Amino acid sequence: MDWVDDIRINLSAAERRVSSLSGRRTVKNDAQAAWLLKAVACIDLTTLSGDDTAGRVKRLCAKARAPVRADILDALGFADRIVHTGAVCVYHRFVATAVEALEGSGIPVAAVSTGFPAGLVPHDLKLREIDASVRDGASEIDVVITREHVLKRDWQALYREVKEFRAACGEAHLKTILATGDLKTLRNVAKASMVCMMAGADFIKTSTGKEGVNATLPVTLVMLRMIRAYQERTGYKVGFKPAGGISTAKDVLNYQFLMKEELGRDWLEPDLLRIGASSLLADIERQLEHHVTGRYSAFNRHPVG
Amino acid sequence: MKPDMSVAHYYETMDYGPAPEADGEVRAWLKKHGAVFGHFIGGEFVAPKNGKHLTTIEPANGNTLARIAQGSAADVEAAVAAARKAQPLWAGLGGHGRARHIYALARMLQRHSRLFAVLEAIDNGKPLRETRDLDVPLAARHFLHHAGWAQLQERELADHVPLGVVGQIIPWNFPLLMLAWKIAPALAMGNTVVLKPAEFTSLTALLFAELSAQAGLPPGVLNIVTGDGTTGASLVDHPGVDKIAFTGSTEVGRLIRQATAGSGKSLTLELGGKSPFIVFDDADIDGAIEGVVDAIWFNQGQVCCAGSRLLVQEGIAETFRKRLIRRMETLRVGSPLDKAIDMGAVVAPVQLERIKSLVETGVKEGAEKYQAAAALPQQGCFYPPTLLWNVQPSSTVAIEEIFGPVLVAMTFRTPDEAVMLANNTRYGLAASVWSETIGLALDIAPKLLAGVVWINATNLFDAGVGFGGYRESGFGREGGREGIYEYLKPKAWSQRKLGPESPVPSGPTAGSGFEIPPIDRTAKLYIGGKQARPDGNYARAVLSPKGKHLGEVGEGNRKDIRNAVAAARAAEAWPKSTAHNRAQILYYLAENLSTRRDELGTRIAAMTGLPNARAKAEVDASVERLFSYGAWADKYEGAVHTPPLRGVALAMHEPIGVVGVACPDEAPLLAFISLVAPLIAVGNRVVVVPSERHPLAATDFYQVLETSDVPAGVVNIVTGSRNGLVRVLAEHDDVDALWVFGSKEASAAAERLSVGNLKRTLVDHGLAPDWNDRAACEGPILLRHAVQVKNIWIPYGD
Repeated sequence: MDWVDDIRINLSAAERRVSSLSGRRTVKNDAQAAWLLKAVACIDLTTLSGDDTAGRVKRLCAKARAPVRADILDALGFADRIVHTGAVCVYHRFVATAVEALEGSGIPVAAVSTGFPAGLVPHDLKLREIDASVRDGASEIDVVITREHVLKRDWQALYREVKEFRAACGEAHLKTILATGDLKTLRNVAKASMVCMMAGADFIKTSTGKEGVNATLPVTLVMLRMIRAYQERTGYKVGFKPAGGISTAKDVLNYQFLMKEELGRDWLEPDLLRIGASSLLADIERQLEHHVTGRYSAFNRHPVG
Repeated sequence: MKPDMSVAHYYETMDYGPAPEADGEVRAWLKKHGAVFGHFIGGEFVAPKNGKHLTTIEPANGNTLARIAQGSAADVEAAVAAARKAQPLWAGLGGHGRARHIYALARMLQRHSRLFAVLEAIDNGKPLRETRDLDVPLAARHFLHHAGWAQLQERELADHVPLGVVGQIIPWNFPLLMLAWKIAPALAMGNTVVLKPAEFTSLTALLFAELSAQAGLPPGVLNIVTGDGTTGASLVDHPGVDKIAFTGSTEVGRLIRQATAGSGKSLTLELGGKSPFIVFDDADIDGAIEGVVDAIWFNQGQVCCAGSRLLVQEGIAETFRKRLIRRMETLRVGSPLDKAIDMGAVVAPVQLERIKSLVETGVKEGAEKYQAAAALPQQGCFYPPTLLWNVQPSSTVAIEEIFGPVLVAMTFRTPDEAVMLANNTRYGLAASVWSETIGLALDIAPKLLAGVVWINATNLFDAGVGFGGYRESGFGREGGREGIYEYLKPKAWSQRKLGPESPVPSGPTAGSGFEIPPIDRTAKLYIGGKQARPDGNYARAVLSPKGKHLGEVGEGNRKDIRNAVAAARAAEAWPKSTAHNRAQILYYLAENLSTRRDELGTRIAAMTGLPNARAKAEVDASVERLFSYGAWADKYEGAVHTPPLRGVALAMHEPIGVVGVACPDEAPLLAFISLVAPLIAVGNRVVVVPSERHPLAATDFYQVLETSDVPAGVVNIVTGSRNGLVRVLAEHDDVDALWVFGSKEASAAAERLSVGNLKRTLVDHGLAPDWNDRAACEGPILLRHAVQVKNIWIPYGD
C-alpha cells in the first residue's frame, strides 16, 4: 500500500508542466504529417451512442480500414503501406458485427463493458458482460471502475474489482477507465491509476466520454507519471488511452508530446497508446490534405466513418 | 527532399524535426538601420561623440549581428542633460498623463511582441519560447501595472515626490524584461531615465526606444546610452543623476556602492544569488523535478534567482537523483529560434569558459557530474544541462554563482538542517520549497533569508509582486507597491538643510566649590542587557555648551562594538516574538520614561543648554513617539498580492536583523528614540551609538530599558567617537543594516564601508530633519527602512 499512500501530486505544478510543454515542443511539415499519421494508427475509432445500429457500426469499420484517402497517403509516400486505426470501439451488442466487418484487417475490436458508462450494475453481471464480449471476439475490453471505491479511498475494493475484471478478460487486453472527471482531484486519479495497474490493467484510460470533463492534459500527465513509476518498480509497460474531448490535430499532438516526453518513444505506438475519439480523424484528414496540397481542406472532401 | 527528412522517416523515428521561427522582420529592421546603431538621446538616434562602436554577436552562431555605440562620458552627459530637461515637464504631466503614455508603451509592446521576441532570442541566445511566452508578455505586464501606479500616484503616494533623473544599468540575461522592470516604475513616478543596456544585448532596448518615440513618448523621457562597463561607470559617476538602479553581478554592485557613497544618490542593487531549491520527502517529486527544470535550465541557468542549489531530503534523494537524470535526457538544446527546444545558447564565449572551468573545479572537489546526452549544435556557445551531485557546502560550486545550466545538489536530514544549509550563503535572493504538507512549507518560508520564496513553484514573477534580495543579493524591490518607493523620496525630507555645527565647548571648567556634591554616577556601555565597562577602560567627558563638566561616558572601541553586535545577534527570540509582545514593551518603555520626565528633562537642558520647558517637551515627545511605535508594532503589516495565478503572494514585512544606529547631536533623546523605536518595533536588534556630544540621555535611558522587560541584547548602547564607531559598524560583516544621522562625513563612510556584506544603509548626509516633525521622523517613513519585504508565493489548488 506504500505504492499508493506515498503518492503526492501538486496541481499547480502539474498545470505548469503541461502549459509550458506546448511551447517547448512542436512538429512542422513532414514531421507533423508523420506524427498525425501515427495518431491515426492509435485511434480507437469509437461509436457509443444509444442509437447505434449494425449499419452504423459497419460504416465505422470501413473507415477504420481506410482512415485516410488513398491519394493523400500516396502523396505522403505511404502508397505501399497499410494505415488503419488502432481499433474499433463499440458496445457489446455490436462486437460480433464489428469483428465480422473487420475480418482480415488485423484491426482489433474493443468493447466497452462492466455497465459502461456509470458502472453501477451488479458485479456478477459485469463479469458476465466481459465474458460475453470476449466470446463474441472482442480482444480488448474497456471497463469502468466503481468510482465510489476511489471517492471512499477503498483501495482494496478497487483492487479486488479490477483483479476480477482482469481474470474475466482472459487473453483480451484490459483497459480500465478511471472516469477522471468524476474523481475530481489529481491525487485520486494518481492513486486509482496505481491500483488499477497493480491489479493487472494493460491500459489505463481517462474517461468514458460521458463525464462532465473528459481527457485533459494535467490528468494525462499524472497518469503517465504513474505508468512510469509502475514501470520503474515492476518493469511492466502499461499503455495509456485518453478519451473524450480530443477533436483536433493540434490537441492530439499535445498528447503525443506528453507521451514522448514523460514515457518515451515506445509509448507513441498503438500497443501502448490509444486515443478514444470520434471526430478527431476528420480533422487530421484535413490537415494531411493541407500538408500535401498547400490548400485548406473541407470536411466533405473526406469520406465519413 | 532529402530521404532522411521524409514522412516515412519521421513515422519510424517519431523525432521532432526542425521547427524554425522566421526571422525576416528582425533582419529587415537591422538592415533598415544598416546594422549600426547610435545612442537614443532626446527622442532620436545620435551617433556617439567619439565615433566608437562595439560589435554585438549572435551567440548561437558567433556571427556579427550589429555594431552599437560605445558610450563616452560626453554621451552620458548629453543623455543626462536631455533627461534633466524633460523631467519637470514629464512630472508636470501629472499621474493620468503619464499613465496614458505608459499604457501606450504596454500596448506597443503587445503589438510588436513577435518582433521583440525574435530579436531578443537572436541577440541573447535564449529560446524563442522564453522570449515569446515570458519575457515580452511580462514586460508588457510591467508597463500596464505601472501605468496604474502613475494613475493612482496623486491619491496613494501624495506624500512623496519623484527623485529626478534616474540612471539604470541592466544585465544581459533578460534585456527587455529588465528594461521594463527598471523604466516602468521610474517613468510612472515622474522620473526621467538614462538607461544603459548590457553591451552583449543592447538591441531590444534600442528597438524599444525607437518604437516608444513612435508611440508618442516625449523626447528626453527615456534615453538609451549603449556601451561597456566604462559607459556604466560614467553614468554612475555623473553628478546630475539622482539615483542609480543596477541589476547585475555582486562584484559590480559593490563598486557602484563605493562610487556613489556620500554622493546623496539613491541606490538600489539587484545582484547575484545561489538560491536553494529545497525538496522535502513529502513533495510531489515529479512536480519538483519539473521545478528544477524551470529553476536552473531556464534561460540556460543565466538567472540571478536560479534555484541552483538543490537540497533534497535523504529519504528520497536516490529516487530524486534517478528521476532527475532521466528527465535531463529529454531536454533539447538548440538554436534559439527553434520552437521545439528547452535551452538555447549561452550569451558569450567568456561566459561559456567560466561555466566549464567552474564545473571542472566542482568535479575536482568531489562532485559526481551528470550531463544530458543531448546533442549540442556544432557551432556557437552551447553548454549541456548539468547536475553536480554530492556537492559539499565547502565546495567552490556550492558557494560561487555559476550563472549557467549547472545544478549542484546536496542532501539534508531534517527541516532545521534544510533551513541551516539554505541560509549558509552570503546571498539571499530567492528560495523554492517543495512539500505537500502546508504546515511544513509555511513554517519553512519565513525562516529562509531570501527576498522571494516560492512554495511548490519556482521562478514566478509579476509586476505586482516585489522582487529583490536579502544580504549580498542587494537591496531595494522591483514590482508592486514596495517597488514604487524606490523611485520616490519623501516630501518631508526635501526641506532638510545641512545642520549648523554648534561650537564645541572648550575644556572643562574648574570644580564648583565646597558644596556637598551629587553622588557620582558612572555611565557605562549597555551590552547584552548589562551595564558594561568599556573594553579600553577610557572615559570621555561630557560638557555643557558652556564647557561645564557634566559627567563622563565610556569611550567605546571596536571590541565593544564586536561584543554589542554579538549580543544583538544572540537576541534571536526578539524577531520571533509576537508583535503584540513588542507593542507591550514599547508602551512599557513609554510608561517608565514618563516617570523620569524631570530627571531626563534636566539632563537634556544641562547638556544642550535648552530651557527646561523645551527639554521636558523633548522627553514628552519621546514618550509619545514610543507610544506611536507601540501602536505601529502590530499594524505595520505586509500585503497580500494577487498576481495572475491561482494563488497569492504574501508580502511579509520582516526585520532586517542586527542594525547599527548612529544618532545625531540634535534632540539627543528624541532622535535616539525616533531611530531605535521603529527598528525594534518590527523585530530588529540594535547597536546604538548615541549623540557624541550629548550621550547622557541615552545612558540614562538604559535604566528605562532595564525596567521595561526589553530582552537582553535587543538594544545595545556604545558611547564614544561617532565616526570611529560608525566605521567599525560599517565594516562589521554581521551587521545587516546601518543608520547614520547627523554627519555628512559619517554618512559617506557608512555607505562606502558597507560594501563588505552590502548593508542596507539609511543616512541623512548631515541633512538634519526636525525631530519634532512627525511627518519627517515618525511612522512608515522610517518603518519602511526597518523592514525588508519577503514575498512568499503560494500557488494552490487540489
